[in-house]
Amino acid sequence: MAAYDASVRSRRWHTLLMVACVAAAMLLASISAEVSPVRFLENIHRFPSYIIRLFHLENGQPVWTDFGEWFWGLGRWLRQLWETLLMAYVGTLLGAAAAACLAFLGAANVAPSRWVRVTVRRFCELCRTVPELVFALLFVIAFGLGPMAGVLAVVIHTLGALGKLFAEVVENIDMKPVEGVSSTGAAWHVAMRFGALPQVMSNFVSYALLRFEINVRGAAVMGFVGAGGIGQDLIEAIRKFYYSDVSAILVMILLTVAVIDSLTSLLRHRLIGLEGKN
Amino acid sequence: MDAVRDRYPEHFRRFGPQRLPMIVVASAMLALLLYGMEVLGFFDGKLLSGMGRLVEIAGLMMPPDPGSWAHARAYGMALIETVAIALLGTLSAAILALPVGLLAARNVTAQRIVRFLARRSLDTIRSVDILIWALIWINVVGLGPFAGALAIMTSDIGSFGKLYSEAIEAADRKPVEGITSTGGGHFMGIRFGILPEVFPVLVSQVLYYFESNTRSATIIGIVGAGGIGLHLAEAIRTLELQQTSFIILMILVTVAAIDLVSSQLRFAMIGRRAGATA
Repeated sequence: MAAYDASVRSRRWHTLLMVACVAAAMLLASISAEVSPVRFLENIHRFPSYIIRLFHLENGQPVWTDFGEWFWGLGRWLRQLWETLLMAYVGTLLGAAAAACLAFLGAANVAPSRWVRVTVRRFCELCRTVPELVFALLFVIAFGLGPMAGVLAVVIHTLGALGKLFAEVVENIDMKPVEGVSSTGAAWHVAMRFGALPQVMSNFVSYALLRFEINVRGAAVMGFVGAGGIGQDLIEAIRKFYYSDVSAILVMILLTVAVIDSLTSLLRHRLIGLEGKN
Repeated sequence: MDAVRDRYPEHFRRFGPQRLPMIVVASAMLALLLYGMEVLGFFDGKLLSGMGRLVEIAGLMMPPDPGSWAHARAYGMALIETVAIALLGTLSAAILALPVGLLAARNVTAQRIVRFLARRSLDTIRSVDILIWALIWINVVGLGPFAGALAIMTSDIGSFGKLYSEAIEAADRKPVEGITSTGGGHFMGIRFGILPEVFPVLVSQVLYYFESNTRSATIIGIVGAGGIGLHLAEAIRTLELQQTSFIILMILVTVAAIDLVSSQLRFAMIGRRAGATA
């Protein structure tokens, strides 16, 4: 019993010490982040009132009393939403295609040489660690304001993220088909095409679909830095306090994201089903 | 060879009828890609001139140089602020998400309506981008890092709530049954039956999110919610490209350092658990 008490006590101390460390870290962080409970308490009532304001029209009526007034810019927003979706689509497809090529160069089991592999890996790391929006800011300088900067930012980020995932998929393949094709004297790219690609294709598509979901969300905020899509109108509405516009655009984005998510998950399940049948 | 060709004609046909749907899908995707690229302005010559300018910009970014000591100091402070925002947001979300996660877990909350509401609200929180949360909180508590920390907290409550509830649902039922059988109540069952089992999983998720939040915290400054993002956006917009690359380099180093520390911590946690159960 004494030993039990001692063990419990030592564990308690351990826990206490950890809690103290976390609390100290939070305290230091809150000094640095200028956290002020007073300011928070003084202003917190504005959070619910802001949310409530979002759902009221200019004339003070709740938004659902007049859909025509709430979604007055429907045509314009739908066009921008379509542009956002196209940005995500083009970005995902181009990024995934590039990532699929790089993955074979970056996978440990099939890479033609160590140097190529390390370079490809580092390149992918760079592409996904620098935030998308930073690339977008840089591309806006180079390509001017507009969706192209946004698409390229999405491409770069997708390339980085998928390059890593795809390479891991390739590392997990069965090497026998590749060896079989190589043994007939086929070149490296032929061995990859007929030995490796059939094994990884369904995983690639599934990851690319997941990435598409993420990119739709990403493309929706690209407009914040002037890189196209619906974000442009959203940030303008927020900055200029067009409350009902903010909620209208947000509702449209949320609905689109939900629809895209369920469509892609449907597709992915179909894909997995197909794989099971073969 | 001809004999083989005669015996297995189906293996030598170029495009069998079974490939037709694949070809249709692929060409539809290609058509949409080309249409999207057309709409987004890829074919009106901006791409090539932009690429030229991009190369020029990349050249101007070298070598990374903060410009002056005062700048370097300011960037250092901003980077500390960024990490503080991420830490504060992640930890407070980790604490606040626990009750919501419990409410959303099937094996803890029996009332279907409560569970449904908890899940839907988590979904809604998650679908709103972190930058939008930052803009909303800026309206509530004003510009500055505090708004950033609150934005990360809000958006992470959504993610953690979902992850927690999934971890809790995956937990073994037997400890809870054991505690209930000795007369412990529902609350006791959660505290001593479920929490000790899921705790390491939760902590490792939190550490993982801390990493990704450091990345998010670098961009919320772009909309004015504190941290290094403000300096970064300013440097890019005023074309101080050497400073830009210096800041990006600082971010990369910081993210890599945090990556290292948190993965060490994660392994330490998981390792200790494995050791304890062995």
